Amino acid sequence: MKNNSILYIGILIFGIAAPFVFPAFKVQLSILCVLIVLATTWNIQGGEMGYNSFGNILFYGLGMYLCASVQVGMFFPLAEWTESGGEKTFVHTPAQFFQGMAVGLLVAALVPTIVAGLIGYSILGLRGHYFAICTLGLGVAAGEISGGIEIIGAGQGFTTPPFPDVGSLDARGEFFYFLSFFTLVLTFIAVRSIYSTRFKLILNAIRDNEDKAEAMGIETMKYKIIGWMISAFFCGLAGGIMGGLVGYIDSTDVAFDGREMGVFMVLMAILGGKGTLWGPIIGATVFHIFKEGFWTFFLGWQYVALGVLIVVIVIYFPEGIMGWLREKYPERFGEVVDEKDRKAQVELK
Amino acid sequence: MVFQYPMISVQACLDGILLGILFALIAYGMALQWGVMNIINIAQGDLVILGGYIAYFMYLYGIHPAWGVIVAPVIMYFVGIAIYKLVINKVVDRDLFISILATFGISILFMQLMNFAFGADVVLANSDYGTTMLFNNNVVLPNSKIFSAFISILFAICLVIYMKKSKLGRAIRATAQNARAAKILGVDTEKVYAATFGINAALCGVAGALISITFTIHPYMGLPYTIRSFMIVIVAGLGNLPGVAMSGMGLGVFEEFADYILGTEFRIGSVFLLLVLILIYRRFKLSRKREYLK
Repeated sequence: MKNNSILYIGILIFGIAAPFVFPAFKVQLSILCVLIVLATTWNIQGGEMGYNSFGNILFYGLGMYLCASVQVGMFFPLAEWTESGGEKTFVHTPAQFFQGMAVGLLVAALVPTIVAGLIGYSILGLRGHYFAICTLGLGVAAGEISGGIEIIGAGQGFTTPPFPDVGSLDARGEFFYFLSFFTLVLTFIAVRSIYSTRFKLILNAIRDNEDKAEAMGIETMKYKIIGWMISAFFCGLAGGIMGGLVGYIDSTDVAFDGREMGVFMVLMAILGGKGTLWGPIIGATVFHIFKEGFWTFFLGWQYVALGVLIVVIVIYFPEGIMGWLREKYPERFGEVVDEKDRKAQVELK
Repeated sequence: MVFQYPMISVQACLDGILLGILFALIAYGMALQWGVMNIINIAQGDLVILGGYIAYFMYLYGIHPAWGVIVAPVIMYFVGIAIYKLVINKVVDRDLFISILATFGISILFMQLMNFAFGADVVLANSDYGTTMLFNNNVVLPNSKIFSAFISILFAICLVIYMKKSKLGRAIRATAQNARAAKILGVDTEKVYAATFGINAALCGVAGALISITFTIHPYMGLPYTIRSFMIVIVAGLGNLPGVAMSGMGLGVFEEFADYILGTEFRIGSVFLLLVLILIYRRFKLSRKREYLK
């Protein structure tokens, strides 16, 4: 326990000091924070509940569009803003920008949660691969449909409000970094406290055998919907931040990007280890470093590398880093191992 | 609009039916591998597009693209076997989600490789087949569409006969029913799986060649074909060929009407939305009996 608190304080200090120590990597670090949030919250229903969703991108994209629309719509007519595209006829004052961002993030977090609650009852009744394909369809449909809606920019995209001039050039990067880092800390605390309650055990029961869980008197549907709503809340928040960070929203390439972000969050959680607290965090960090490496050194070939990476991870490494560590050093995870029994199991395999 | 101009409805219906036959051919391949190997192949649509590019390249080199219908399946059969040997045989008896994710990886890989090899332009292979006018020149049907529907039916019939009569067909059906029992009785299931995946890829090749003649192809257009075939299979059920044909045509007609009524930009979106609605509908229907989709 003592070790843990030292670790947390260390990470917190590193997190706060990071933008000043590595000023060149501020944007990358912010993206990393968002990726960790996405992977961790995917893990709530993908890893713990056993409902592998490709559709969390729906909440992410929804949050992105909502945050930007609210931020613009609070002060200026939205339709004229999107119509003018790159050439801005309206400029946010700093006060307007931050007010809009605050309200926008609130909306971006709450609306996807409500949406998840509304569609949860019908969609979470599907199981296994039907759920996976259904959510995949949902994500792509959202992207295609939002690409046809005029008021949020349709095919030409939506430019989010540029960061106001507050005197310092570094302000934008620092603002978004601390925003995403704060969200990450919030997510971590929330997820950690969730994982120490009975709720997590119920989710695990649903993953292991839903029929039996139901037979034991657990209202599985209720808990499944709550689990999905928690996921949606943080996905929406992450989307809102990412929209401001990127500065430009396109329906299929940025917001509802099932081919990239939608797969990334699944992949990061699997790479780190499904169903663990630290797995998605480690997975996201490793994945982000790999990805940036690919993007820098194999420019143009990054998707090829990504495709190969997915296949390799899924086939040869489905347990993830945490699973591998657990296999290797079970004592560290507080498991008491009977050497004889373990050897017998290894031989059986 | 649909009722004011009946000829548009007729046009949409005919277009949809001809298109739906093509979808049914792809869906048959998906049903085959799903039934036999219990995997869902997200890369199905990308195999279709790859088949289309084979026909397109024949067209570029001056060979009539219709010959692609014969060349594409042959090449695609070996592509399918190669994919099976490299990836699929490691996911066959694992969790279905693993197969979905692994084939998603293959799909991304194929998309990008095709983008490099063939460029990101929308292309089509011109077959010069002309058009047929019906109902006082109010309904226009390109002959290439009729040709493609005809070829699809031909291939489907050949395949059904092959599955019924040949030795490999019998082995495939036996493996689908019970892989373990088939193994005990001396069927080399590994070979059967490879052949099934190869046949599936070959079917995709045929469909792709036909699509490159009748419509357009583009490296990123694969996923909608996967979703369409998945949808057809879940509506019709595994191993129900008339059902596959009917729901394929139904989907085609739905798409054409969605195209006319909602506009082309919502066409793909409406297909994906329809999938979600169908799944939800089936879920509620089954939940009355306290069952769920398996």
